[in-house]
Amino acid sequence: MTQIPDEPRYTDEHEWALEGKGLLVIGITDHAQEALGEIVYVELPSEGDEIAKGDSFGAVESTKAVSDLYAPVKGEIIEVNEALFNSPEIINEDPYGEGWLIKVRPHDPTELDDLMDHEDYAEFLEKDIG
Amino acid sequence: MRRTSLFPIHKELDAKIVEFAGWEMPVQYEGVRAEHCVVRRQAGLFDISHMGEIEVTGKEAARFCQLVTTNDLGRLDNFQAQYTLFCNFRGGVVDDVILYRFSDERLLFCVNASNRTQVLEWLKGLSHMCDVEITDRSHEFAQVAIQGPASEPILSKTVGEDLGVLQSFSFRSLNWSGKDLTISRTGYTGEDGFEIFLPWQDGQNLWTELTTVGKQYGLKPCGLGARDTLRIEMGYSLYGHEINERVSPFDAGLGKYVKMYKEDFIGKEALQDALSKGSKNKVVGFEMIARGIPRQGYDILKNGVSLGKVTSGTLSPTLDKSIGIGYLNKEVEHGGRIEIWIRGTAREALVVDLPFYKRQGRASIKTQSIKN
Repeated sequence: MTQIPDEPRYTDEHEWALEGKGLLVIGITDHAQEALGEIVYVELPSEGDEIAKGDSFGAVESTKAVSDLYAPVKGEIIEVNEALFNSPEIINEDPYGEGWLIKVRPHDPTELDDLMDHEDYAEFLEKDIG
Repeated sequence: MRRTSLFPIHKELDAKIVEFAGWEMPVQYEGVRAEHCVVRRQAGLFDISHMGEIEVTGKEAARFCQLVTTNDLGRLDNFQAQYTLFCNFRGGVVDDVILYRFSDERLLFCVNASNRTQVLEWLKGLSHMCDVEITDRSHEFAQVAIQGPASEPILSKTVGEDLGVLQSFSFRSLNWSGKDLTISRTGYTGEDGFEIFLPWQDGQNLWTELTTVGKQYGLKPCGLGARDTLRIEMGYSLYGHEINERVSPFDAGLGKYVKMYKEDFIGKEALQDALSKGSKNKVVGFEMIARGIPRQGYDILKNGVSLGKVTSGTLSPTLDKSIGIGYLNKEVEHGGRIEIWIRGTAREALVVDLPFYKRQGRASIKTQSIKN
């Protein structure tokens, strides 16, 4: 069963974003990691980079497929999860925990309100996978 | 969407199912890397029942096959198989296939699932040239591949016959518990191995028996994901990637399967023309130096100038490097630097010899060339 925790907000590109201490932690959802299969490669921006809402900020790849990552909000990259460069499989194992991708300082915290909550995302998935 | 007779087994094994050429096929069971490595070290079992089988029968069957393919059938004995190509009149590749010669009057093409109907129409359209009959037997055959160093003991034990005597690119028909099997020492992985044709409804029986016997050898089921990474490491062409109807076999690095000395065959004139004009478009292998995985469609550059496109790429599980195959319209020496355009940046790569992976050890003597 696909895990959809209550707390984060979700994008229609299957990222999640969780607010805490003025920062947003961003990752990909359990559904996304499951659909990709074993993740063998991760590409992320650098600390200090700016990302704009909806722009591609990196990619996660399995042996067979590549999946672009889209920024859920506009902001500055404060931290990237460097552990993923050597062990990208952490994303498969713990997509909402150890497998987080980046921490962002959002320029406009209200942008988060545009994202789906867990119930909307669950409904979205149902339509998406049919 | 079509399903092979092994589909219930894939479901039971909780395989991840994807659509491929109109079929619901397992892309992976445990994981692509584990399945890839088990083929390199022990043995892997693949359902390849989606492949098409087109039979040519009649008095002039051998002559017809010689006319429609680029390789030389004259060099083939009965119960031998050959990697060969169909080219169109413009010299482009219609499909790459394995041709099985049962006799002068009965031959079988194993064709790509994605090309089955086109090839069938193509061959039927040409069949007036000879006294032959073209029959699509794809729905009658299940096909299973067992690949890897432990394939021979597992399959020999399963069917109760010593298959050690079967040479690479040879095949034999045998009866196994009342079922007709055709066992061919061929594959698409670069390892020793076999491909087995059998009646559609008997697929599950053979799969189950092979799995039971294979357990002590470490045999595992493998999906299309591993099949693809294994063939990329070997630099084998895949239709729709390295080859298509606009690409000549020479550009694709398949010139050795085109026998220009043959008196006549479809596409010969255009291929002769292509040879005399020469072509700068050539398939190459490359390894990434910078981070990133090359994928089909990415641009290849040198010093910022576009040279061509990537046709296949992956993170090689055996070599633990990012590798790719692509076309260059300008010669770059082996060891030369190129760049791959990945997500908005040019990333350095090195042109290298194909195949990326060379099989080690004893078995390689017997089955040196997977495509002869």
